[in-house]
Amino acid sequence: MVAMTPAGDYRTSYRADTTIFPTRNSRIALFIGLALLCCAPLLLGRYELSLLINIGFLGIAALGLNILVGFTGQISIGHAAFFGLGAFTSAWLHEHLGIPVMLCIPLAGIVTALIGLVFGAPAARLKGLYLAIATLAAQFILEDFFARARWFTGGVAGRMTESPVLFGFAFDRDETFFYLTLAWVVIMFVAAANLMRSRDGRALVAVRDHYLSAEMMGINLAYYRTLSFGIASLYAGIGGALYAHYLLFVSVEAFNILFSIQFLGMVIIGGLGSVMGSLMGAAFMVMLPEVTQWGAEALAGSAIDQALRLGASISFLREMVVGAAIILFLIFEPDGLARRWRLIKAYWKLYPYSH
Amino acid sequence: MDLALLLQLTLNGLIVGALYGVVAMSFVLIYKASQVVNFAQGEFLLVGAWVCWWFLTEWQLPFYAGFLFTLVFMTLFGLVLQVVVLRPLIGEPVISVIMATIGLGIFFQALMKWIFGVFAKPFPPIFETERVSLLGLEVQTVYLVSLGISLLIMAAFGWFFTASKHGLAMRATAFDQQVAQSLGVSVPKVFAMSWAISAVVSSVAGVVVGVVNGVSSALSFYGIKVFPAVILGGLDSIIGAVLGGVIVGLLENWAHYIDSEWLNWGNMFQIAPFYALVIILLIKPYGLFGTKNIERV
Repeated sequence: MVAMTPAGDYRTSYRADTTIFPTRNSRIALFIGLALLCCAPLLLGRYELSLLINIGFLGIAALGLNILVGFTGQISIGHAAFFGLGAFTSAWLHEHLGIPVMLCIPLAGIVTALIGLVFGAPAARLKGLYLAIATLAAQFILEDFFARARWFTGGVAGRMTESPVLFGFAFDRDETFFYLTLAWVVIMFVAAANLMRSRDGRALVAVRDHYLSAEMMGINLAYYRTLSFGIASLYAGIGGALYAHYLLFVSVEAFNILFSIQFLGMVIIGGLGSVMGSLMGAAFMVMLPEVTQWGAEALAGSAIDQALRLGASISFLREMVVGAAIILFLIFEPDGLARRWRLIKAYWKLYPYSH
Repeated sequence: MDLALLLQLTLNGLIVGALYGVVAMSFVLIYKASQVVNFAQGEFLLVGAWVCWWFLTEWQLPFYAGFLFTLVFMTLFGLVLQVVVLRPLIGEPVISVIMATIGLGIFFQALMKWIFGVFAKPFPPIFETERVSLLGLEVQTVYLVSLGISLLIMAAFGWFFTASKHGLAMRATAFDQQVAQSLGVSVPKVFAMSWAISAVVSSVAGVVVGVVNGVSSALSFYGIKVFPAVILGGLDSIIGAVLGGVIVGLLENWAHYIDSEWLNWGNMFQIAPFYALVIILLIKPYGLFGTKNIERV
């Protein structure tokens, strides 16, 4: 099977302990998976591709939030605002400074990260619910800024953006933009997986597990909390920039608190403290409204539909399903899809002798 | 300088601030008793106001009957929420509990939009005279009554926590759960009770706002305005919550005045409390009356 590991623990070095791929097969499986994804534009329709692209850029931003919430134990209810900041920054950089879009995407990430550091520095003193409330305030302040700063966001009218172009090749269709998103997903996820194996990554986890002990062991709390906020903003900014150049239009209203909550939902549903879980959570959060819609469409015209006005209130239904999913996961599967995936793998490892 | 406007806004601020104080108080009640930060407080107002509206318009009940039924409904609502959603999460990390209440918030907000639609709907008129003049200022009757109700609720809270058996049990639980339990206080009951009381008190505020502005999902924003109020007053102080509510009410109305007179930025009304919130968190995160949390290993 994919990660067929011996029953005992035979790792003898730290290197072996922190490896990303426990076996050769798991590495091969990943490359086969990537190769399959590369073929996706040939096999899938536009609708499925657009869903995959959505999962891609939302997954990048969710990973950033997971580094903050899942690995560092901080919380942010303003992630969508930083996502929006990345989107507007990228669009603004391209339009006003004439920087090519391909460069704008990482630049937007860096600018967002810097602003995240500014917001993160005071947040480093706070934790738990105080931080939750402070980031909630940041969400409203940034939202207000988006609505007010017409030079930056285009105000109520929003801002048009352009497709990325590389050496005359335009990523202007779903088939081509998919590869750009895939490339960024791979870069950002590999970076995160490696960050967590490094000294800094271990420091973040130590801050999460017991911040007082971590501080006593010489970990600079304020530094790592701020750093974590900056990294989370970097990921949000890059995700947001991809979003802007995919949709070609950024509206001020898009980055509301509900969107922030959806990001938190992705992280919780995917699994706190799991790199791949962030992608699973993003996939879940993207598919959930779609599945709700399919359900409502399947019931269209039936007695239930007429009694409950499903067709007319689909947007409310979607919100309700998001809320319900968050609550149900917290009660019944607090470690998220990542744990469920591990359990499934463990089941097949011993098949048919598992019990 | 428009002095009449300033006075009018100050009065509005006091009245709205008293309402914020009531909501903040019920927020602090939950926090004190069960250490849960309730991000769904605004939805209590929303659900209470819609249910009352439904009793009054669809069932054509007189106001006092509909209001009483609403209170009964909200008691059950608070109990059920605590037992079904929050009880399984006891002992989970703060982030999980916060997320669960956020999930509840968006769930009920969407549910209310689904059932009652997105447009604001007015309550049937309750009072004979819409407005009365007080010291030359126009005041809506409902607001005056609401001020009275707010003061009444605050007094009731004061009595409840200092003289009644259940209130004392609640304070004991807030102080130390294990000690309270060993003295025969049923902690699960106290948790459930705090949610029920909080839901009822919030719904009273919801009905009052609904009568003035009509019922719409804007009501749930009161739940967010609560945060500046409780942080200012200190998360675990009931008096702080009331005072914080009044200060936030005044602050946003004065911000509105400054904005309309000089700045003309627009929207300061909504956003000023959040700037205040950030500043308070940086300077004095435990608020005016909150207990400073000293951590030991």
